[in-house]
Amino acid sequence: MTTEYETHDHDVLIIGAGGAGLRAALGALEQGAKVGVVCKSLLGKAHTVMAEGGIAAAMANVDSADDWRTHFRDTMRGGKLLNNWRMAQIHAQEAPERVRELEQWGALFDRTHDGQILQRAFGGHTFRRLCHVGDRTGLEMIRTLQDRGVQLGIDVYMECTITRLLKDGDRVAGAFGYWREQGRFVVFRAKSIVMATGGIGKAWKITSNSWEYTGDGMALAYDAGAELMDMEFVQFHPTGMVWPPGVQGILVTEAVRGEGGVLRNKSGQRFMEKYDPKKMELSTRDVVARAIYTEVREGRGTEHGGAYLDISQKPADYVKKKLPSMYHQFKELADVDITKGPMEVGPTCHYMMGGIRVDAETAKSSLAGLFAAGEAAAGLHGANRLGGNSLSDLLVFGRRAGLAAAEHANKTPTASIDSGQIDEAAREMLVPFERKEGESPYTIHRDLQETMQNLVGIFRNKEDLIRALEDLEKLKERARRLSVDGSRLFNPGWHLAQDLKAMLTVSEAVTRSALAREESRGAHSRIDHPGLDPTWGTKNNVIVREGGAMALRESPVPELPSDLKQLVAEEK
Amino acid sequence: MAEAIFEVFRGNREGGQPATYRVPIAPGMVVLDALHHIQAHQAPDLAVRWNCKAGKCGSCSAEVNGRPRLTCKTRMDALPLDKPITVQPMKAFPVIKDLVTDVSWNYRVNKKIPPFEPRPGTEWKMYQEDVDRVQEFRKCIECFLCQNVCHVLREHEEKEHFGGPRFFVRVAALEMHPLDSKSRTQMLKDDLGIGLCNITKCCTEVCPEEIHITDNAIIPLKERVVDEFYDPVLMLVRKIRGA
Repeated sequence: MTTEYETHDHDVLIIGAGGAGLRAALGALEQGAKVGVVCKSLLGKAHTVMAEGGIAAAMANVDSADDWRTHFRDTMRGGKLLNNWRMAQIHAQEAPERVRELEQWGALFDRTHDGQILQRAFGGHTFRRLCHVGDRTGLEMIRTLQDRGVQLGIDVYMECTITRLLKDGDRVAGAFGYWREQGRFVVFRAKSIVMATGGIGKAWKITSNSWEYTGDGMALAYDAGAELMDMEFVQFHPTGMVWPPGVQGILVTEAVRGEGGVLRNKSGQRFMEKYDPKKMELSTRDVVARAIYTEVREGRGTEHGGAYLDISQKPADYVKKKLPSMYHQFKELADVDITKGPMEVGPTCHYMMGGIRVDAETAKSSLAGLFAAGEAAAGLHGANRLGGNSLSDLLVFGRRAGLAAAEHANKTPTASIDSGQIDEAAREMLVPFERKEGESPYTIHRDLQETMQNLVGIFRNKEDLIRALEDLEKLKERARRLSVDGSRLFNPGWHLAQDLKAMLTVSEAVTRSALAREESRGAHSRIDHPGLDPTWGTKNNVIVREGGAMALRESPVPELPSDLKQLVAEEK
Repeated sequence: MAEAIFEVFRGNREGGQPATYRVPIAPGMVVLDALHHIQAHQAPDLAVRWNCKAGKCGSCSAEVNGRPRLTCKTRMDALPLDKPITVQPMKAFPVIKDLVTDVSWNYRVNKKIPPFEPRPGTEWKMYQEDVDRVQEFRKCIECFLCQNVCHVLREHEEKEHFGGPRFFVRVAALEMHPLDSKSRTQMLKDDLGIGLCNITKCCTEVCPEEIHITDNAIIPLKERVVDEFYDPVLMLVRKIRGA
């Protein structure tokens, strides 16, 4: 068969146009590379736009004692020391400069009295550290990066989905995809590719993530032979909306607690006293999520199965000024005035600590020519991410990935792509139209979400995880036989059929890694192995494709140099 | 279980018509939930744009019972259920399929606007009272509902000569940025055609972010254009100086 497709050539192709992708594009442009950015949605709609609370950076504008060392220590402790220490160090050192840069490109953060960028408290951060704009920091960040990118001349391919990486021997040579609008095929030839595709939350039923979060980048990288790491560490944000049903899972920013919000159970008890009396509501997300979950499971939950989160003790004007979108969200979607009464909240699948395994300095993956940054990459956050460390991650490692990808492109000759790969990729896309009477992708997706929610959730055990793997096998088989109605013109059923493949791959990687790790650490809690196990504290789980099947192996956590080891151990 | 009847536009560039769907109602349900229900159970190829489902991304704009809305923020219990709920694509933009329209024109307009340009030697200090009014404009989520209702675009189709409320908001954010040094009044007058706006405030009414588009962005910008180009005293001065 001869496949019809259009072709575009770039030095650096970036997949994903959230904070990491756009910052990578700017980094690569700086090096004079010809840069293309592909995104599944319209420009400016990526998940970064939903980030609310702020960007963590030790600027010391509010608490003058803050410095990169403290930020580094908080990040390592939050990640239960499973982090790649060098990434955590680079992140803490470079984040302030990356924030200043945003300001110089036009971003307008909330201000201190003396005219500097204001910083707020957040869970797990020793000092007030989050640079923010009310509760819409992500929007400010993405607009700033997007305007800068458009001005400097990146080519943006909007509403375009990549379904396969194309290779030349052992290296990445391009990507195959389709235009969501017209359904036509497209081939991007590139010397370097940066994965900035975000997370995987859409494999769970209750999630704060949008439809885009289907793990595409991780699945594409895995299929092409790159290593994934830390896939068992899925963050459940403690506070998602729980009522009404249609809004279940929508994020309630941690900034509510950062600004003084208090958690209570149905009998009015401030239950965090039991779980983390020192940090209370500003404990790390894994701890707070488990606390709420436990309160509900033990019968102390609210009417709709959550906890109360109350900020109404603060003046109404202050709440509306600092948390405007929360105010509107609850007022419009749940008929609750948060300046007068409490919100009902419960855990929601929010963030993936694991992802493509990368080099700390350059963000390069184990596959030549492939780089990854942001949520799609693993390493910085270890077993649990601190709030606010995501936006700074996007900026710091987005930039580094862009710079390194451009440098790689500079010294790499153009690759050749054999048409066989392209034909095969096209064939795979078209098969669902040819099958008749197959199952709808929507029912398979719904069942996948049930499996992951019920069996691979906040608390896990061996039996559930084995059952989940069995379910996933059946779901994969059903996905191989699904069929799609209608034409190739903007067809969401067809689009979901593609996204489903990626979700099944990452779900399997999560489940296998979770089954292997027989301990509880950070976001990974095994009921059958409740404590920290020091031997597991020195190992990362790595997932790689071997002979068409998923293989798992252990890899030693890079050891901290002695000065940093001492810093992390200091009692503060 | 209570049901709602939906009449959703199905079609493409060549034309189309409403199709009828029955959807069970759940507490707190929004129109986007109903569209998702239709996709999952009745019409898997129903084209809808959406992302966050939380009113933050501005993707799911459509016209519900003739009113331009974000479908993720339109509660079913705020709509009369004794007659069908109509859902139409935004009228001011060409239909691609069903509820998805071609909004690429907006991105082309955006590209023309000169970006933020700080004064040389800027000291990066700003005070909250100076950034407050700009932060209002920066709340824009680019849902393009303001563009959709603006009669200059919707009825008169002046896309070649007019930027529309969204981009007046963007220019206002740049012009009023405490540290910006560039003037965009010439472009407001010539390229973005701000004079064509006759401040009927339709844009302000539909803004889901409640930005006071007309009062806080468009009118002050119009004043700047008038001051610069139509002030009789300045015009006289310029004439005398031969400028």
